[in-house]
Amino acid sequence: MTNGNHRPPQERVGVYVCHCGTNIAGIIDVEAVARWAGEHLKHRGVVVARDYKFMCSSLGQELIEQDIREHQLTRVVVAACSPHLHEQTFRIACERAGLNPYLCELVSIREQASWVHTDKNAATEKAKAIISGGVERVLHHEPLEPLHVPIDAATLVVGGGIAGIQAALEIADAGFPVYLVEREPSIGGHMAQFDKTFPTLDCAACILTPRMVSAGTHPNITLMTWSEVTDVKGYVGNFTVTVRKKARYINEDLCTGCGICQDKCPKKVLDEVFEAGLGYRKAVYTPFPQAVPKYPVIDRPNCTYFLKGTCRACEKFCPTDAIDFEQEDEYVTLKVGNIILATGFDVLDGRRIAQYGYGRLANVFTSLEFERLSNAAGPTNGEIVLRDGVTTPKTVGIIHCAGSRDRNFNNYCSAICCMQSLKFAHLVKERTGATVFNFYIDIRTTAKAYDEFYQRVLEEGTIFVRGRVAEVTDAARLPGEEGKLIIQVEDTLAGRQRRIPVDMVILSVSLEPRHDAKEVAKLFGISCSSDGWIIEKHPKLDPVATMTEGVFVAGCAQGPKDIPSTVSQGAAAAARVLARIQQKQIALEPVRASVDEDKCSGCRICNGLCPFNAIIFHEDRMVTEVNPALCQGCGTCVAACPAGAISGTGFSNEQILSQIEGLLMLNLEAV
Amino acid sequence: MTNTFEPVIIGFTCNWCSYRAADLAGTARVKYPPNIRLIRLMCSGRLDPTFVFKALSSGADGVLITGCHPGECHYLEQNYKALRRYLMLRRVLVQMGIEPERIRLVWASAAEGVKLAQEIASFTEEIRALGPLNWNGIEPAVAQPEKEVAYET
Repeated sequence: MTNGNHRPPQERVGVYVCHCGTNIAGIIDVEAVARWAGEHLKHRGVVVARDYKFMCSSLGQELIEQDIREHQLTRVVVAACSPHLHEQTFRIACERAGLNPYLCELVSIREQASWVHTDKNAATEKAKAIISGGVERVLHHEPLEPLHVPIDAATLVVGGGIAGIQAALEIADAGFPVYLVEREPSIGGHMAQFDKTFPTLDCAACILTPRMVSAGTHPNITLMTWSEVTDVKGYVGNFTVTVRKKARYINEDLCTGCGICQDKCPKKVLDEVFEAGLGYRKAVYTPFPQAVPKYPVIDRPNCTYFLKGTCRACEKFCPTDAIDFEQEDEYVTLKVGNIILATGFDVLDGRRIAQYGYGRLANVFTSLEFERLSNAAGPTNGEIVLRDGVTTPKTVGIIHCAGSRDRNFNNYCSAICCMQSLKFAHLVKERTGATVFNFYIDIRTTAKAYDEFYQRVLEEGTIFVRGRVAEVTDAARLPGEEGKLIIQVEDTLAGRQRRIPVDMVILSVSLEPRHDAKEVAKLFGISCSSDGWIIEKHPKLDPVATMTEGVFVAGCAQGPKDIPSTVSQGAAAAARVLARIQQKQIALEPVRASVDEDKCSGCRICNGLCPFNAIIFHEDRMVTEVNPALCQGCGTCVAACPAGAISGTGFSNEQILSQIEGLLMLNLEAV
Repeated sequence: MTNTFEPVIIGFTCNWCSYRAADLAGTARVKYPPNIRLIRLMCSGRLDPTFVFKALSSGADGVLITGCHPGECHYLEQNYKALRRYLMLRRVLVQMGIEPERIRLVWASAAEGVKLAQEIASFTEEIRALGPLNWNGIEPAVAQPEKEVAYET
């Protein structure tokens, strides 16, 4: 098999092998590799091959720049870390020295060799192969220009919890339009359900509702509650988003939010969402008095009129004729440049932990239920009572890590349960004087002023029992256990089994990704970890960006976190978006497909392959064309073209085929 | 001949999932055999079947094709096209007298560094058990035409 690739190239290639301290040099003999590249790839155009301690350092970059100038390099191969980490770094270095940045190839000998192999010889040989592949590939690189696309100044924020509110306010305050889309009738999210916030115990509503009002009245924020995103098209800077505004059956222009309809509605409905199943609302309702916006919604599946055709009590009493039973779902199309996902979390369904008896034993509560129980605006007006609604508990057991750090449910730590359980212990003690037991595995109080709060709760006399609770049961065995809930636990500090009778059990249930997090991720073209949380671009250095340009994440959608961290992420995501908007345009990788019309036979094999509708067929000329504005650069059509008429920049057939030859060291035969 | 055959494997990865899984395997220092050499594509849909034949005919003993899980493709559905090509490739390999097990398709999300490493390890062992492909060795017997073929000019 003869191959044209074996002709000696005209290009002048520089090869740079990075030690990365000992990260690479500890396993791979980088000096030998560089020497080898200089000798054995000389006939492939390598004119200089060096190794250096840290190629990404400014001195390392200068080394490359200097060589480009002195040796008139036309191609550069850097063998170091993953291109996802430093491709930009070396491209910019090349550009500074006057070389088109796309004539640089970064090959990974750290993530793909030194970090994953233990055999030094094998890793060194593999590094040579990787570099050989990189050299062959780079010979076929073409100078490219990045694609500049304008950034639409509007931003879509999905989720109106505290993360979304914070992000929306930051962007709106900077003077740019924001669409804040919320699935429920009101913004506020989980924080609106809480009574007190740890560790300062300031009331959640007192600090949240002013923010909600600001978001609701801000001239730059378009609030879209009772709405869901149904479709996302486009790419960074130019997304087209379809939002379904569910019918409220309320004319928002006429409604004053007086609340008379809610008083007059005869239908009581168990509130599973805001009141966590502890309280009731009407069929026409706002979830809570401070709801933003103030307009109620009619809950169609529960409304007597929609069920039976008669009632219309709300309509009769509405002083402004704002009730509109004829309203239909409306689909709104938005043009936005960036998207922030702040879709929050669900809590684990307590019934899944069968041994803790939730749903079977009346006085086992979940943390969210307790939040409503202790909330002054909640179903009991803040009275901490048992399920019968009157009895004050005398002993309360709080179980940490219910479903967290447990391989049967969620392996991860839910991050907030320790502090939340300490807060519950404090509230129970303060309001009822009851004896409180906290059952914990480890106490994790790591943020500012958290451990001080733990000390305070300790001093208040809460009893801490270290051990995972085995069972909560009402089967009394010993005197004093009748009519109680008995918590069976191994006290790992005392080294014995204990049975502790209590009146009330609170489960600090695990935070979980939204039940539809996977579908949402798919809609926005991003991915979730195996746990279901949205994956950030980099866990440490890029925590609010996602793999998809222009889509950011904030708050618990990314992983369990407390309110301070959630607010920080909301602001951080907003800052990232603002930077984009200020730049007015963004440079995209010029990885696009294009058709050579002379080679195109008009077979149309590629026509059905593009999910972005970027492929157009010209009937008159019988040729296919790719619209570069719609092309996303996947390369599927390139691979399908039987005539080889479609080429994909950055990943051309020549580049890949030569890289294969290089990786298999075929290029060495021609010496 | 000694029985220390070290197979050479070419692996195709998707920029958005499996390449990042390989990065993650590295960051997490998960170990796998050094026999595989990876190539990054933007999408498994970019995999031209020619690449696989090129690799096998150029000395690779096996080819690993990796992409996003079904339903998770960064380009919506192009991994399904990779799946079709993979199934077709296996049939073509059989017709050429080559074990279809020499190519393997693996779905690996960006979070599945450990899974990818395990797949690489098990694939390497499978290829090791199959022995060298030695395409060039079989070429004269199978691929060379018996008579001169007239080519169109």
